[in-house]
Amino acid sequence: MNASEILFWIVALGTAVCAVMVVITQHIVRCAVWLLFTLAGTAGLFFLLGLDFLGATQLFVYVGGTLVLVIFGVMLTATGPFIQLRAGAGEWAMAIIVGLLLYGLIAASWFFADWSKLPEAAIPDDPKQMYYTEQLGRALLGDVSVQPRSALPNVSAKPTADPGKGKKVSVQRSASAYLLPFEIVSVHLLVVLIGAAYLARPRRKRASTMPSGER
Amino acid sequence: MVLTVAAIVLVTFVALSAIFFIWLERKVAGRIQDRLGPTRAGGKFGWLQTIADGIKLLAKEDLIPANADQFLFRLGPYLAFTGSFLAYLALPFSRDVVALQMNIALFFMLAVMATEVFGVILAGYGSGSKWALFGGMREAAQVVSYEVPMAICVLVPVLVAGTLNLNVISQQQAGLFWNWYVLHDPFTFLAFWTYFTCATASCKRAPFDLAEAESELVAGFHTEYSGLRWSFFFMAEYGSMFAVSGIATTLFLGGWHTGVVPASLSDWLFENVWFLYVVLSVVVFIAKCWILVFVMMWVRWTLPRLRIDQVMTTCLKYLLPIACFLLLGASLLPLVWHSVFPGWVKLPFRNPPAFPAAPR
Repeated sequence: MNASEILFWIVALGTAVCAVMVVITQHIVRCAVWLLFTLAGTAGLFFLLGLDFLGATQLFVYVGGTLVLVIFGVMLTATGPFIQLRAGAGEWAMAIIVGLLLYGLIAASWFFADWSKLPEAAIPDDPKQMYYTEQLGRALLGDVSVQPRSALPNVSAKPTADPGKGKKVSVQRSASAYLLPFEIVSVHLLVVLIGAAYLARPRRKRASTMPSGER
Repeated sequence: MVLTVAAIVLVTFVALSAIFFIWLERKVAGRIQDRLGPTRAGGKFGWLQTIADGIKLLAKEDLIPANADQFLFRLGPYLAFTGSFLAYLALPFSRDVVALQMNIALFFMLAVMATEVFGVILAGYGSGSKWALFGGMREAAQVVSYEVPMAICVLVPVLVAGTLNLNVISQQQAGLFWNWYVLHDPFTFLAFWTYFTCATASCKRAPFDLAEAESELVAGFHTEYSGLRWSFFFMAEYGSMFAVSGIATTLFLGGWHTGVVPASLSDWLFENVWFLYVVLSVVVFIAKCWILVFVMMWVRWTLPRLRIDQVMTTCLKYLLPIACFLLLGASLLPLVWHSVFPGWVKLPFRNPPAFPAAPR
């Protein structure tokens, strides 16, 4: 067992413990803190696996997300100083059933997958063989000629001699670009934002009760 | 192993620079307010003032209010400090002198520095005090808003550089000072000032220090803290001041390059007298960051504090549209330029050598 494996187990166990704490903590802000640790631990696992971009995105998105959860979900709705949350027996039973079903699904898909068919290592050790975020950005725009760095033509500081000579990279425009789903998600989020702003707006008095000068 | 050493060096650096900055802050404040500042502890300039304060803080009683949520109260300072310290892992101090060589170093730094605010809010909430809660809420509103224009401003030089790797971005600005991205085009020039304003706000420094606002909220989020826990917040604050200045230096001000040494000479130095090169460039980088930190202090003791509504107005009505305009302009500029002056005057927009644009 080498150092990175030990580190992996430490982080993985820590994440799992934090995830359990999210479920069993009754104090709601502490619960959010455990959730933060769970998500940060997941980001740590991504970093350990060499997925820097995914890990940083996880941190960026979920830290902000949990923050907003704490503030809007808890602080703005709280009536007392420290709120407790108690789940009833029915809720516990429901949660356990759903959790076990989800666990069974994941375990089954893990168990029945044929792991021997996967390539040796998803993340190559040689940095030149790695995939970079540039390919992700290109794929977003429909350019699916996704290739490791070494496969791209080596255009260094000096300009390419002539276009015919260099290795050609076929730029395929594909219908399966990620742009459309991305846009749909963005518009959906915008709708949610507007809805939230609408719900949270201060209740206006009716026009009849307002002083005439205000309108 | 190497990482452990790097982490220890960085923690020491953060702590020592916090000690220096706190002394500098008092001296700067004193001079700007026409007084002397600390003069007694450790000779004429009060060099040892912060050390004396540190000893005092160590000896103080570690007090947790009866109303506080113990767990969150204890957690807050550590979270704040961790957030600001982790950013240093990806900050290059010189050519290839960085704890973690990351392809997305800039994104990583922004992501981990966003976790610092969580510590502040937990401290504000966990203290069980209304002053602290007000401070924490203000901090949350402020940081969540200011992160947006800050991230957009950072993208403007990234568009020019074509990479998020801070090491590469610095290396692209080698040579004389007109290679610095702050002087690259009007948009990056304006982006620098906008970024710096947002960065000041994200470090909750005056005139944006609404989270502390000692004239209204006693001491804001750290009202209930004392002793060492309190000092962790200050280490975090000064640590993140240096970190955001480091980002500004790397993105806009040429990183560790002096701006007066030609690129060929600095390359020669790097290849032949590596040690000298590294020492000199680390000194240059730190000096540049210190100057920016000094500007933050200067601003703090010169400008009055804004009201919370003015802070939000500044961000959402001014900085955010400015940042969006700059990003739009910076992305349109190369297109317009190349179609108006085709092949005549070339702006140095790079595709970094390792990532050529696919031929069209």
